[in-house]
Amino acid sequence: MRQIAAREGSVALFATLAATCVAPALTAALVCDPSLPLHSGTPSMFDPRSAPAEMILDITWLVIAICAVIFVVMEGLIIWAIIRYRAKHARDTAGDTGEPPQVYGSNPIELAWTVIPLLIVFVLFLVSARGIFEIDKQEPPPGALEVRVVGHRWWWEFDYGDLGFSTAAELHIPLTKDGQPQSVFLTLESADVIHSFWVPQLGGKKDVVPGRTNYLWLQPRETGRFVGQCAEYCGAQHAGMLINVVVHEEDDFNAWVANQQKPAHDDPATADGRDLFLSTACINCHTVRGTVANGTFAPDLTHLMSRSVLGSGVIANTPEHLRAWVWDPQDAKPGCDMPAMKLTREDTDRICAWLETLH
Amino acid sequence: MSSSPVRPDLSPPLSRLHEWVVTVDHKRLGVMYIVTGLVFFLIGGFEAAMMRWQLAWPGLDIVMPEDFNRLFTMHGTTMVFLVGMPILLGSANYLVPLMIGTRDMAFPRLNAFGFWLFFFGGALLYFSYFGAQGLYGMGSAPDVGWFAYAPLTERTFSRGHSTDYWILGLMVSGFGSIATGINLVTTILCMRCTGMRLMKMPLFVWIMLVDAILIVVAMPPLAAAQVMLLFDRSLGAHFFDVQAGGSAVLWQNLFWFFGHPEVYILILPAFAFVSEIIPVFSRKVLFGYPLMVAATVTIGFISMGVWVHHMFAIGLSPAVNTLFMASTMLIGVPTGIKMFNWVATMFGGRIRLHTPMLFSIGFLAQFLFGGLTGVMLAVVPFDWQVSDSYFVVGHFHYVLFGGLIFSIFAAIYYWFPKVSGRMLSEALGKWQFWLLLIGFNLTFGPMHVSGMLGMPRRIYTYQLDRGWEIWNLLSSIGVLFQALAIAFFIWNVIRSLQRGTPAGDDPWDAWTLEWSTTSPPPAWNFDTDPEVRSRRPLWDAKHPDDPDWKYE
Repeated sequence: MRQIAAREGSVALFATLAATCVAPALTAALVCDPSLPLHSGTPSMFDPRSAPAEMILDITWLVIAICAVIFVVMEGLIIWAIIRYRAKHARDTAGDTGEPPQVYGSNPIELAWTVIPLLIVFVLFLVSARGIFEIDKQEPPPGALEVRVVGHRWWWEFDYGDLGFSTAAELHIPLTKDGQPQSVFLTLESADVIHSFWVPQLGGKKDVVPGRTNYLWLQPRETGRFVGQCAEYCGAQHAGMLINVVVHEEDDFNAWVANQQKPAHDDPATADGRDLFLSTACINCHTVRGTVANGTFAPDLTHLMSRSVLGSGVIANTPEHLRAWVWDPQDAKPGCDMPAMKLTREDTDRICAWLETLH
Repeated sequence: MSSSPVRPDLSPPLSRLHEWVVTVDHKRLGVMYIVTGLVFFLIGGFEAAMMRWQLAWPGLDIVMPEDFNRLFTMHGTTMVFLVGMPILLGSANYLVPLMIGTRDMAFPRLNAFGFWLFFFGGALLYFSYFGAQGLYGMGSAPDVGWFAYAPLTERTFSRGHSTDYWILGLMVSGFGSIATGINLVTTILCMRCTGMRLMKMPLFVWIMLVDAILIVVAMPPLAAAQVMLLFDRSLGAHFFDVQAGGSAVLWQNLFWFFGHPEVYILILPAFAFVSEIIPVFSRKVLFGYPLMVAATVTIGFISMGVWVHHMFAIGLSPAVNTLFMASTMLIGVPTGIKMFNWVATMFGGRIRLHTPMLFSIGFLAQFLFGGLTGVMLAVVPFDWQVSDSYFVVGHFHYVLFGGLIFSIFAAIYYWFPKVSGRMLSEALGKWQFWLLLIGFNLTFGPMHVSGMLGMPRRIYTYQLDRGWEIWNLLSSIGVLFQALAIAFFIWNVIRSLQRGTPAGDDPWDAWTLEWSTTSPPPAWNFDTDPEVRSRRPLWDAKHPDDPDWKYE
C-alpha cells in the first residue's frame, strides 16, 4: 500500500478544493453584482430598503470580507501543502524513500495562530456589538407609527390601535410623516405558537413568541411592495404564512387609513349575499365592521378588496381566486383552519359578489 | 465470561445471530453501532431526497404539507440522534480500548445495555409511522421539527401521540448514550496500558474523553426537558403551556443547553478521526499535540456557554445577545487552532492521497467553510437576517455533512481493514469521493444563497416569483450525485467483504496500538499487555534509532 497512485495530478486536487468554493463563491458573486436584475419579488438582504436592513448589510459586508480572506488563505495553504508535499514530488527532491523530518510543534508559531484569531474576533465583536445596540430598539423612536402585529396560524393580523382599525395579510406603512422619514415600531405578539416576522429588505427577523412581547423597528427608504414570510416553523401551513408590506407616499397612506377607518361598504344590490354570509358560520371567525360578524379567529374582512392577496398571500386577490377560496380553501392552502363551508355554487357566487363590494 | 457463546443446538445462521445479540465485546458492539447508524443514514438520506424532490421547483405536489413536515422532523432527528451519535459511540467503542491497549471497556455489560437502549429507542421513534395514529391529520410520525419548540408540542397543537413517540424514543436512546459516555470516561481514565499517561494518549482518545464528558453533562438536561414536556402532555402540567402561564423560552433554553454541546459532541469525533488519519498519510507526527489537547478541552468548556446563539432572534436583551456573541466567536479560536495544526502537519510531509486522506482533505476544505459561516452567524445583526433561513441549513450541513460525514467516510476507509481484515477498493472509493464532493457542494452551496435571498427553512413549497428557483433546482440535482456516491460505497463494502485484498495487521504503516494486533483483532485484543513510552508506540518500534519518546 506504500505505492502512490500517480494518476491524480495536482490539477485534480485543485479541482477538489475549487469545487468546494465554487458554488458559494460563484453564487455570492452573482448575488452581489448590482448590474444583475434581481427579480422584483426577491426578498434579498442585499437589496435593503429600510434603515435597519442597511445597517445590517454594512456589518455583513465587513464579516464577509474578513471570512473570505481567511477562507482564501486557508484553502490556499491546503492546496499548496498537497501540491508541494505530495509523496512523489517530495521523494524526487529528497532522493530517498524514508520518512520526512518529524516536527513536533513550534511554540512561537502556535502562539501566533492563537493570538491573531483572537484579535480578529475582538474587532468583529466590537463592530457587531455596536450594531446590536443601534438596531435593537426596545422603545419606540419619537413620532413612530406603532402597529401591533399578531401572529396566528397561519396569517398575520395588523392592529393599528391608535388609528382604530385592524387588518390582515398586508402591512401598510408610510414613507414619511410631514416630510420627515417615518419610523415604524412593530409590537409583536402571538395568538398561538411561535412565529417569526421577517421581511429581509426592511430589517432582520424577530420571533413572535406567545406570552411575550417583542419589538421590531423599521424605517423605510423607498415606496414599494416588499415580501417576506414567517421564519419559525409553526405547523402545517408555515410555508403559507406570507407577509406583504406596502410602503406608501404619505398622502396615499393617509387615504388608505381613511378608507380602513370606515365601516364596511353596504351595497343594497348584494344584500342577499351579505345576509347569507351573516347566516353562516363565517361570522364565528371573521369580522366585518358594521355588521354582526365579529369573530376574531380569522382575518378581518371589512376591507377585503383593499388587499391584493388572499390566504395570507398564497394567492392573488382576483374574482376567480376568491370563488375558489370560498368554495374550498384547502385547495390553495391545505391544512389551514378554514374549512370548506359546503356552500352550493350559487351561494358561493352570492357571497363572493358581496365580498367583492368590500373595498 | 465467554465473549462469543456458541449455541450448537441452533442452526448456523441463528447461532451467529445469537452470538451478536448477546455479545458484550466492545468490537462487536462498535460494529453494531456503526452498521445501525449507517442504516439510519440511508433512511435519513431517503427522507432528505424526498424533500429535495418536493422543493426542486415551486408549487410541486410530491408530498403533502403535513408529510413534508414529518420528513424534515424525522430527517433531523434521525441524522443527529440515530446516525451521528451511534457512529461516534461505535467508533469510540471499537477503537478506544484498542488504542489504549486494554482488553475491553470498563463495563462491558453496561456497554451492551447502552447499545440496545439506543437501538430500541430508534426503533420506537420509527414505529410512530405505524403506531402513532392520532386525531385527523395529526397521526403518524412526529411533525414538530427536530428541536420541537414549545408550545407547538403541547397537546393543544400536537394532538395524537406522534410527539410522545419523539419524546420517548429520544429519551430511551439518550439514556443509552449517557451510559456509554460514563463507560468511555471510566475506561479512558482507569484502563490505559503501562506507560500511557494522559499526555501519551493518542489525540483520538483525548478527544473522545472530552466528547464523553460532554455527553454525560449535556444529555441529562434534554432528558429533564423531555420529562417536563411529557408531564405537560400527559399529566396536565404547564411548564411550556403558555396559555396557563408556562414559558416557550424555557424550552428553548433547556433544549439548546443540550443542543449546542450536542453539536460539538457530533463534530469532535470528526476532529478525532482526522487527527489520526492526516498524520499517517502525511508521514509526520501531529503538529502541536499539547495545544491540540488544550484546544479540545477549551472547546469542551466553551461549548456549554454558547447556546443562546440559537435564540438571537427571540427578543432577549441586547446585553445577553452581546455576551453570547462573544462566547460564540471565542469558540472559533480553538477550532481555528486545530485547522492550523492539521495543515501544519501536512506541511513538510510526504502526503499519500489514498481514499482516507482524500476524505480528510474534503473534511478540511468543507469544515473550514462551515466554520467560517458559523463565525458569520455569531454576528448577531447578520444572524437576525439569516437565522432560520436556508443559510443556516447550508451552514450546518457544511459542518455535519461536509465535516462529520466526510470524516466518517475517511474513518471507514481507514479502519475497515482493521475491522474486517480486508481492504476497501481504492478505485471505487475515489469514485465515491468525487461524486460525493460534487453532489455535496452542489446541494448545500446554493442553500447559502437562497437563504440570503430570504428563503426560510422548513417550508414545503415557495412562491414562483421569489428568485429562489435556480438555487433550489441546483440543490436538488446535487442529490443525484450523492445518491450515486452512496451506491458506490455500499457496493464497495459488499464487494470488499467478499473479495477485498487481505489487509494484514498494519496496511497503512501507522503508529497507534490498534495496528499492532491482528486484523480483525482477537476477542482479547492483545496477546500480551502492551507497554508504551510515547504517543506513537509503533513509530518507536519501527524506528528504534529515532524514537518519539526522546522528543516528547
